[in-house]
Amino acid sequence: MSQIFAYILHKGGVADDTALELISAAKKIDADASLIAVVTGSGADLDTVCNDLTASYNEVWKIDNAALAYPNAEVIRKLLVNIIPGGSIILIAHEHFGMDIAPGLSIKMNTSFVSDAMDIEGRDGGAIKIIRQEYSGMASTHVTCDAGDGAVISCRPGSFQPDESKSAGGQLVDKSGDAGDLTANRTFLEVVQAETGDVDITKSDILVSVGRGIEDEENLEIAQELADAMGAVVSCSRPIVDAKWMEKSRQVGTSGQTVKPKVYMAMGISGSFQHLGGIKGSPFIVAVNKNAKAPIFQVADVGIVADILDFMPELTEKIGGM
Amino acid sequence: MEILVCVKRVPDTAENEIEVKGDGTDIERDDLVYSVNEWDNYAVEEAIQIRDKVGGSVTVVTVGDEESEEVLRREMAMGADNGILLSDDAFENSDGKGVAAILKAEIEKGKYDLILTGAQADDGAGQVGGMLAAMMDLPYASLVNLIDVVDDSTLKIGREIEGGNQEMSEIGLPCVLSIQTGINEPRYVGIRGIRKVASVDIPVHGVADLGLPADAVGETGAKVKRMDYFVPEMGDGAEILEGSTEEIIDKLIEHLKAKGGLK
Ligand SMILES: Cc1cc2nc3c(=O)[nH]c(=O)nc-3n(C[C@H](O)[C@H](O)[C@H](O)COP(=O)(O)OP(=O)(O)OC[C@H]3O[C@@H](n4cnc5c(N)ncnc54)[C@H](O)[C@@H]3O)c2cc1C
Repeated sequence: MSQIFAYILHKGGVADDTALELISAAKKIDADASLIAVVTGSGADLDTVCNDLTASYNEVWKIDNAALAYPNAEVIRKLLVNIIPGGSIILIAHEHFGMDIAPGLSIKMNTSFVSDAMDIEGRDGGAIKIIRQEYSGMASTHVTCDAGDGAVISCRPGSFQPDESKSAGGQLVDKSGDAGDLTANRTFLEVVQAETGDVDITKSDILVSVGRGIEDEENLEIAQELADAMGAVVSCSRPIVDAKWMEKSRQVGTSGQTVKPKVYMAMGISGSFQHLGGIKGSPFIVAVNKNAKAPIFQVADVGIVADILDFMPELTEKIGGM
Repeated sequence: MEILVCVKRVPDTAENEIEVKGDGTDIERDDLVYSVNEWDNYAVEEAIQIRDKVGGSVTVVTVGDEESEEVLRREMAMGADNGILLSDDAFENSDGKGVAAILKAEIEKGKYDLILTGAQADDGAGQVGGMLAAMMDLPYASLVNLIDVVDDSTLKIGREIEGGNQEMSEIGLPCVLSIQTGINEPRYVGIRGIRKVASVDIPVHGVADLGLPADAVGETGAKVKRMDYFVPEMGDGAEILEGSTEEIIDKLIEHLKAKGGLK
């Protein structure tokens, strides 16, 4: 029987949501494959995660070592090469750790590599057919990946349905002894927590969120005026923070804040998955964008094809006059 | 410090509406505005700042066609000292591993202490830096948003992780780092600056110069192949409000009232 491996992210004794998503991804490659979770870490938290995962994976390979308490991709890549048999298919979530470890892992395992898979259309002999996106989500592609010598595939978080069946009745296997050398020429020092700003966007029910479409720092005022009229707070996408026009604490997305408003006004935001990853709780999303094909319109509830610089002031005026 | 920065010429998604060609073989390339990949521009700025602090040189390199020379010149106008164009018909349709192999061959002809790439480019794969590092057995870090030179053999780096938190590490030189946007504020490049470097010689290296086996790169070497481009079905998608601006705003306000979007 074929085996598919999934590297599991976890924190505080809880597996990441992607742990169950990777099961669906694996089943789309081969519905009959034996699924093996590989979990690294240390101590009681690791045990809890591993025990929980036996419900969902056929085998759970636990690698316990104090040196693995913080996941250093440079260390874990070597470890995976030591314990995972050559020619295997390995799945991992496409987020900051996956981006750090996966490309190099494919080289060291001598397999092919596909990153940021959004869907998998199955396997035809040695080839796996995968759907992914290019150009910030503005074009989709089918790619084929020759998995004859194995493959490393990173999967976009949230793109695969979590497999909640929990019927695997799997077995825990302690592989700690096979880990090998756990040193690397990159040493973890500490995690510096993000600064909190003057406004907490996570507390607001209504967000007027501006993206690169705002074009100029001075135009932020237009968004602020709309927010004031609506009783909302202004948040933004990443390029606005990169340009230093707003504080990092105002950024919505995977590398910014996770927000749960009732209404989210996406003004000149294209709708990248990293941005959408920070919007939770299914708010009512209004998108205003001058490009009728912007990906944001696929997730918004209401869309308006317009120039935000014209549209926002008009909306502000109308609301103000009510 | 001798620094190499890998850059790519890409359609500027902030300037273009990308459309898939009717037959799905490509995107519409007529009238596209190209520029240097956003992430790479931050990488070049970072390299220049490091060089200005500790000395050394910055070389920009790209794998691409003749037209890619323009992004090398742009980055040289920013302050990079040298440019190298890796170009050959045999490189066409290389997968990520192929591109990394081409870069590796060039890097081994020189001596670099630090190799930078952007965290990702137009295909969103974010793979070349990590592959290159693994092929060269060099330490690697992705999504780097801070670099401090500790001494000749060590850097202190920050990586962007979830929630805007920053993972601090020490990494040995030589190493490969992929750079995240926001690490610095890339300087403006004016027409004047571009003119200054317009006639600087940029060497072009192909398969033979790099001593690469032709079947390791290009279409033949690729294990990952793009079959087509397509436009995904819209699914439910947004209800697009239509009419005059007045009508649209009235409809929107009705929606907002119903959803608690007006206080
Ligand atoms: C590891 C990683 C983490 C990331 N984390 C985040 C994150 O936390 N948050 C985040 O937001 N991004 C994040 N990104 C970046 C993300 O990939 C996108 O680049 C970013 O979200 C794009 O922001 P945007 O939509 O504002 O800009 P663009 O993608 O450039 O979109 C701008 C949109 O505005 C429209 N527009 C332009 N002018 C106008 C106008 N006058 N009127 C109306 N519409 C107009 C355009 O049609 C376009 O759709 C991350 C990327 C990486 C690699």
